[in-house]
Amino acid sequence: MTPRSEPAFEAPWHARVFAIAVAENEADRLSWPDWTARLATTLHDCGLSQSLDGGDDYFLAWLDTLESMLVEEGRIDHGEIELVEAELAKTHAFSVHEPRSVQHVIESN
Amino acid sequence: MESSENGPVSAHSHLPSDPELRVKALEEILVRKGLVEPAALDAIIDMYQNRVGPRNGARVVARAWSDPDFRNVLLADASDAISGMGYAGRQGEHITAVENTRDTHNIVVCTLCSCYPWPLLGIPPGWYKSDEYRARAVREPRKVLAEFGVTLPEEKAVRVWDSTAEMRYIVIPERPSSSMGLDEDALAELVTRDSMIGTGLPMEPQR
Repeated sequence: MTPRSEPAFEAPWHARVFAIAVAENEADRLSWPDWTARLATTLHDCGLSQSLDGGDDYFLAWLDTLESMLVEEGRIDHGEIELVEAELAKTHAFSVHEPRSVQHVIESN
Repeated sequence: MESSENGPVSAHSHLPSDPELRVKALEEILVRKGLVEPAALDAIIDMYQNRVGPRNGARVVARAWSDPDFRNVLLADASDAISGMGYAGRQGEHITAVENTRDTHNIVVCTLCSCYPWPLLGIPPGWYKSDEYRARAVREPRKVLAEFGVTLPEEKAVRVWDSTAEMRYIVIPERPSSSMGLDEDALAELVTRDSMIGTGLPMEPQR
């Protein structure tokens, strides 16, 4: 195991959601003790139903926590994320999943 | 017959690109509200991806090994000692250095989430954030250490340090006895990330 060869983040979105939380903290809108307490609660709740492996599931907990804190504090509105998600899915490269591969399974059955 | 039969099935077992889109949407909203700037996020990512990592911690350990005065300052007030070396920042405000000795081996965990001394070690590895490590490091540290390839003599005590938002830890591993005469740069090369979490030992110098 050579520490230098391991990427800090396994996926670009891990890095992005990490950076948003750090930026909020640096702007003094997010206290780190509050943040870790909330993240711990999310991790605990997620871990009740499955064993978290510290990868995608860890940063999903990070994302869930950040979203709920921002909504609670009124900085973003409830449902706003879903609206912008839909908007991005339409206008950006985030294409909606084509059902082609699913149909292929049905055909081969 | 169809070689692609397993393809769609395994693709479905992966997480969908959903979180990626959610993060993108979150960023977009915060940018529109003027709360964050994409360039600032890029800078944070660049810092943790390229500039902050276990090499920082390794230099701290190497200095502690070669400079007894620095070692004393580090053990008394690690945050002060490391900020003197230019390693300050988020998650580095309150750091305690714990020293491995002939009698005691230290190991660090964060049982509640994943608190970690970012300015010294960078972003924690996946296993540090996993449920398994967080639960077992406290319950059966010797077994966990053995799985990392660290087998300690029976008489050596193991101390487990549970990190919090208020206090994070770095382990100062024992200096390899065969490293006498090496300068700080050469010593730093021996210090692995895991040896500063306590789940590993420093490397022996190549002769």
